[in-house]
Amino acid sequence: MKQSTKGTGIWSVLAVPIMLWTAVPLLWMLSLSLKSADDLANKDASVLGNFWPKDPTFENYQLIFSGGASELFMPALRNSLIVCLLATLISVVLAMFCAYAISRLEFKGKKMILVTALAVSFFPVVAMVTPLFEIWSKTGLFDTIPGLVIPYLALTLPLSIWTMSAFFQQIPWEMEQAAQVDGATSWQAFRKVIVPLAAPGVFTTAIITFFIAWNDFVFAISLTSDQARTVPAALAFFTGASQFEQPTGAIMAASVIVTIPVVILVLLFQRRIVAGLTSGAVKG
Amino acid sequence: MPAFVVMVLVTGYPILQAVWNSFFAYRLTDPENRRFVGLNNYLVSFTDEVFWSAMWMTVLVTVITVIVELVLGFIIALVMHRIVIPRKTLRTLVLIPYSIITVVSGFTWLYAFQTGTGFVNQWIQWMPGIDANYNWFGGFWSSLFVISLSEIWKTTPFMSLLLLAGLAQVDSSMEEAAKVDGASWLQVLIKVILPSMKAAVMVALLFRTLDAFRIFDNIFIMTGGANETSSLSMLIYRQTIDRTEIGLGSALSVILFLCVLVIAAVFVKAFKVDLAEGRG
Repeated sequence: MKQSTKGTGIWSVLAVPIMLWTAVPLLWMLSLSLKSADDLANKDASVLGNFWPKDPTFENYQLIFSGGASELFMPALRNSLIVCLLATLISVVLAMFCAYAISRLEFKGKKMILVTALAVSFFPVVAMVTPLFEIWSKTGLFDTIPGLVIPYLALTLPLSIWTMSAFFQQIPWEMEQAAQVDGATSWQAFRKVIVPLAAPGVFTTAIITFFIAWNDFVFAISLTSDQARTVPAALAFFTGASQFEQPTGAIMAASVIVTIPVVILVLLFQRRIVAGLTSGAVKG
Repeated sequence: MPAFVVMVLVTGYPILQAVWNSFFAYRLTDPENRRFVGLNNYLVSFTDEVFWSAMWMTVLVTVITVIVELVLGFIIALVMHRIVIPRKTLRTLVLIPYSIITVVSGFTWLYAFQTGTGFVNQWIQWMPGIDANYNWFGGFWSSLFVISLSEIWKTTPFMSLLLLAGLAQVDSSMEEAAKVDGASWLQVLIKVILPSMKAAVMVALLFRTLDAFRIFDNIFIMTGGANETSSLSMLIYRQTIDRTEIGLGSALSVILFLCVLVIAAVFVKAFKVDLAEGRG
């Protein structure tokens, strides 16, 4: 007992540098978003060695919500939300059928589907851009919402199938039959027994899928120009009010805005996300 | 099954199309002028210095980030596994970098190291005897350092989570027994903990290696490929989107894909990772 408490102390001390390592860049991001354009280049306007602004200002946030940068940022935010939600929805529904079949039915090539899904998810995204770019330019899908949703399905489906079938395989399907024996119709049995059991898996897959689509950069910069551009791509092509003014503060303000909802999601569902990520790779 | 069909369609078709295109020389701006050149695109790539520098950069970044992430990720996983008090806080905090958009973390690190606006140069100057305003993005190695740092910061959480799952499977009674027998902490680690985590470590390594090999976002944001920091993915993007050399870009894509396949095959063979076994 004594030994374990002693161990705990040492481990807790070790946690401090880990937390700093994680938190310093996050604080830096926030700090930049609160610096005015003038303060940015002026070391004397900051404390802690240029780290934190002496006079925090919200002007960058104003800039991206209602000021000059809003025409760039707001449509991008809307595009990102629409594209990612659509891709998540379609991907989860399709993956659900596939995972259900894999875990419920006995058929040949089951293992092959899973291995193919995994192999496909390792395919270099950039390598897909070349042919897609060509087809999209010809068919008019270039710079449209569906033109991004389709490649995002390619990105997320393999992982969705993989993660969800991991969850589905833990469901005791005999319970469904048991319920039917007890007089429930097969639809009732499915709804009352299977849906509640499967819901956490579906939900976790949806969050992970959304993250992947939200994070995508390659497709976003190569398959859009200005109509369907999403947040990551818009950030990369942000330019200042004049060509001599670096849009650092505005970029970081936008970054904080798109990071906050994700962080809240992580805070709320960390346990499930961890379970989902790890079940996708390691037995457990 | 529709999902599988869609998956094959949306990924399989581009793959085949890329292979097919790689045998032709043409630009998107001039599609009429399309001619079959056989393996010439590959020959051009292999004799191009830019290709080899991109290859070198890709391999270097992969090796550096994966090794550092493994060590760092393991330490973080151990701490998360052992501590009691700020456990939840730590877990949440550690997860945050992983959930941040790569572009965002790329910009954050870029600005941190930038001359003038960044804090890193300022902090370095606090150390005695150093008075430099170092231009981190002025050369290959320092650019590589910052790019790797950003990549490591962002993806180490993923590594830690996989390793944490591995740690959870370690038989704690064996650990106790070894301690009772007088084994040192290091001995327990090497003889008991690591062997039982082998599967988790291998899967984590495989995932991260394949992922790092496709590095793109961080490089695009930080250097745009300047100072020979272009990775293979960067090069493909430049050939295809900027220069619309579809044939050359496709050949590079096929090369990158083959590299990824080889890495995966080596892992599976050499370390006997059974991909499907992870499924129980």
